[in-house]
Amino acid sequence: MMAGAAARRVAGSRRAPPSPLQRAAVTGLVFGILGLYLAIVGILAMIHGRAIIVGVLTLGQATLVAIGLGTGAMIVRGDGEHGAWSWSTLLRSLFAGAIAGGVLALLVVAMDALDLRAIFIALSPALFEMLTFDLGLAGGVLVLIGGSAALAALGALLTLGPRAFRRHVLIGCIAVIFFGVFQELIQIMMQYGDIIGAVRETIYTWEGLTPEGAILIFVIATAISLLAARLRGGERSDAETPPAQRRNARIAKAAVAVLLLVLFPLLAGSYIGQVMMLVGLYILMGMGLNLEVGLAGLLDLGFVAFFAVGAYTTALLTADSPHALAAFTAIPSLSYWEAMPIAVLVSVIVGVLFGIPVLGVRGDYLAVATMGLGEIVRVIVQSDAAAPLLAGAQGILQIPKPWLGNIELSDPVDLFYLTLACAAVAAYCAWRLENSRLGRAWMAVRDDEDVAQALGINLVKVKLLAYGLGAAFAGLAGSIFAVMLTSIYPSSFQLLVSINVLALIIVGGMAACPA
Amino acid sequence: MTDVVASRIGLPKLSSLARFTFVDVILWALRLAVVIVVVGGTIGTLLKGRYAAAQWFDLVMFGLTIGSVYALIALGYTMVYGVLRLINFAHGDITMTGAFAGYFLASSFDRSGLLDRSPILAMAGILALAIVTSTTIAVLTERIAYRPFRHVRGFAPLICAIGVSFFLEQTFRGLFGPSIRSYPDPKWQRAAIDVLGFSVPRVDIIVIALAVVAMLVLYVIIQRTKMGTAMRAVSEDTDAAAMMGVDVNKVVVFTFALGGAMAGIAGVFYAFVFKQVYFFMGFTPGIKAFGAAVLGGIGSVPGAMIGGFFLGLVESVGPALFLDGIGIPAPYQLRDLIAFTLLIMVLIFRPHGILGERMAKKRA
Repeated sequence: MMAGAAARRVAGSRRAPPSPLQRAAVTGLVFGILGLYLAIVGILAMIHGRAIIVGVLTLGQATLVAIGLGTGAMIVRGDGEHGAWSWSTLLRSLFAGAIAGGVLALLVVAMDALDLRAIFIALSPALFEMLTFDLGLAGGVLVLIGGSAALAALGALLTLGPRAFRRHVLIGCIAVIFFGVFQELIQIMMQYGDIIGAVRETIYTWEGLTPEGAILIFVIATAISLLAARLRGGERSDAETPPAQRRNARIAKAAVAVLLLVLFPLLAGSYIGQVMMLVGLYILMGMGLNLEVGLAGLLDLGFVAFFAVGAYTTALLTADSPHALAAFTAIPSLSYWEAMPIAVLVSVIVGVLFGIPVLGVRGDYLAVATMGLGEIVRVIVQSDAAAPLLAGAQGILQIPKPWLGNIELSDPVDLFYLTLACAAVAAYCAWRLENSRLGRAWMAVRDDEDVAQALGINLVKVKLLAYGLGAAFAGLAGSIFAVMLTSIYPSSFQLLVSINVLALIIVGGMAACPA
Repeated sequence: MTDVVASRIGLPKLSSLARFTFVDVILWALRLAVVIVVVGGTIGTLLKGRYAAAQWFDLVMFGLTIGSVYALIALGYTMVYGVLRLINFAHGDITMTGAFAGYFLASSFDRSGLLDRSPILAMAGILALAIVTSTTIAVLTERIAYRPFRHVRGFAPLICAIGVSFFLEQTFRGLFGPSIRSYPDPKWQRAAIDVLGFSVPRVDIIVIALAVVAMLVLYVIIQRTKMGTAMRAVSEDTDAAAMMGVDVNKVVVFTFALGGAMAGIAGVFYAFVFKQVYFFMGFTPGIKAFGAAVLGGIGSVPGAMIGGFFLGLVESVGPALFLDGIGIPAPYQLRDLIAFTLLIMVLIFRPHGILGERMAKKRA
């Protein structure tokens, strides 16, 4: 939608500037199409099932409201800096909102008249009920258009209103949505203790927030936001605090965050432990890929292969299944702690082997070549040809959990601590690498390969080290992954994992280790 | 300069033959291994004589069929790359959109019986809808997603293309559900016809013939029309073309439209050959077609056609010819392995492909 508005502006600058009314129509259309897209893709119906406030508002309805408000806000934005209050603004946002609602209304009419469900599976009766608000066709259309227009006007008014006010209201709303959407998680966490339990009773029923609870959260969040703004205002006045003190404050904050991270799964129970654990694995892989992509500039889409190698090595060395190495060679069945370093080592070797052939390949070609290599690993693992060794598509089962002393680390929370410890070690390594001679060499290679070579950097060594070390991180993650699931299948190692990890480090910021 | 080129294509540097490093050793070993597998496997298979001539002919025909589909997709990659220097990762998914659009029309024709009564009309309708859909989506992706990245260097455009690919996949999954749908299978397609004494399913012949016609039309458009000339000029040198009064934006849109049309045709053919459509179907042929485009020399239109046919043949005949001979069980599961190996070998050893000498030099 941003692109649409921007495109409009570009197109407008070339020809005659569009009249404000025209722009309003286009804005309304863009937002309407956004709503239409959400509806026919099925997102709207899906999130409609998630109540924010029981019996009052669902996430789907909140999305519709947001579309309406956004239309109005966009109209005011489009007016530029001098967008002052005027009746014409109000009328234009009413108009745009009506168009946005009208697009959805058209969908409703079409759904009523034709049987679209045969093609678009998302256009279910449930969606129809949601979009017409159980009012039947005519009523629903009227509410859609009228409500959308009213909301757009409201959005415009809010955007025109004082900025501080808008921010606090927004934070309040976000808090309500957050508590509503993640109510299951939050409720599980609030099971303990009498006082917390009592609080839970007031703001939640089993399906979601009660209206009173929502109001309460809104008020509290807004108040906190106000308070924070006040405090920050005070802080800004003594901006001349010495840097050392500020650094101390930052370390203290980081320590608190780490402490929270450590304690959180203990309180939250095993489901959250599992989720956090996956997060930990992704962090590990993200750090590994960051070495390759962020620092050395080697875009690697076959990263999941190293993950798979780590997992399979661990499985083959420790599993209690006919495919384990122990079953048909002299190698004894190893414990997890012995297998993990081997898995990492094998990953490094595979990483270097991966790296050698593609040393001379650059840029986009490198991405495709590594992706091809990753796919080759998957195809081989999945095939029957390699089945005697790697168990083919059935995967390897019965991988034992690690033992620490004589405690079995079977609970996801325990494994989470294992991941966290590994991640901490890995983060330390990555951090040291980043500021080392090698890290600087990587960055030089990333910025300009030829110049780096001219400066006496051994390209081959440096690149292979990037592949090897990146692979080590992924192998470690894969090894933990194997014991987490206690069984591995080739289908766990899709290209999507590589791309997810890539997305993760892009969002987090390339070459920034903490991200 | 020659040194850089030489090292990029994997040849040992002429000036430093003395410094034959371990990397070169491994690269040569890799080449040797592939050659040994190919030669050894071929001899082994031929000695075993497990396959009759008819089977070989089947494999070759299937290879040509699937190869013509790859060639059609590869054209889209190669044209976009020529003009924008962008790997349009989403191109495989644009193929998928064409297949889906064709599916809905084909199944409704199938129900009404039109598909059996007047196959030519039905096929024309299906292809037309697929072409329109794919072209629209291709042009829209260019307008919304790629244009802001036009002058950005580095990984951003490629990553954006990957994002578009996933966006399209997930959108279609949301629109039409994650299930695999089967394409109609009319009788006239299955009927075998005689070629050189061997029987071939008619659909293979139709696909190959129509694909060749489509490619010829495309070739004429690129070589003879004004827009095609402009396109070649832009892919030669964008700035110079712009200075000569070529509207680069228009050319880019035209390129995406042509590529999208080819992808739409390819999508329908692919679906008619494999008889199924689902939201992820575009990915693998997309990657392979990219391989075909590189194989033929990226940026070169005839190269993409040759590369597509070559890849199809190798992929179809390869498992039986190379892998069966060295005693690998169930070689057909490794079809993709052969295709990807070919892709990587080309990327590593001959990134300028068969016909793309000029392009590679410009990039280096």
